[in-house]
Amino acid sequence: MGLLRDEDVVQIRERFKELVNPVKLVHFTQELNLEYGREAKQLLGEVAAASDKISLEVFNFLIDKEKVAEYGIDKVPATVVHNGKNYGVRFYGLPAGYEFANLLDAIISVSAGQSGLSEASVEKLKAIAQPVHLEVFVTPT
Amino acid sequence: MRLAHQFAMENELIKADCIESIEFPDLAQKYSVYAVPRTIINESAFIEGSMPENFFLERILETLGPCTGTSGAGQ
Repeated sequence: MGLLRDEDVVQIRERFKELVNPVKLVHFTQELNLEYGREAKQLLGEVAAASDKISLEVFNFLIDKEKVAEYGIDKVPATVVHNGKNYGVRFYGLPAGYEFANLLDAIISVSAGQSGLSEASVEKLKAIAQPVHLEVFVTPT
Repeated sequence: MRLAHQFAMENELIKADCIESIEFPDLAQKYSVYAVPRTIINESAFIEGSMPENFFLERILETLGPCTGTSGAGQ
């Protein structure tokens, strides 16, 4: 049985009509990752199936060390959203509830290659000359 | 959450992680996450709650201090 309801899939397909360029969802999981890892992978599969512009790649956190290093992943389940260029847009855990909307937004922004921020913000962000790691803690409800 | 990801798109030095706190309880505890959203900046400073784009960005720039870049971007 799917995690997404049929009516959700219809809405998601509608939103994905906005997609411009192909988007890749790179997912890292591991065998021992309890129930969440499996659910996250299934959910991403269903999202990817909603548009031919989205592809899903799944790697094992314990085995695919090169990919883990390439994407800078330090825990699982992890999902990176990119369009060939890796912007550092990552989700750790199952992107359900409110975070599911954020996942869709991230896919659409990354597909367009545009953040949608104001010009003033973009200017300030581009001037930052040191590494910045933002970790936003959320809950599904 | 969305803003952090948007910020990451504009500068390759910025990485933005959305972390499901229930799935990563040790990390949530390490960063004293009692309410969400809580944003941790470079493993040290934090921003509580959500706020408009310009406020959120200013808070991050304040945290980074005066050597964030050029042309008074940290103001």
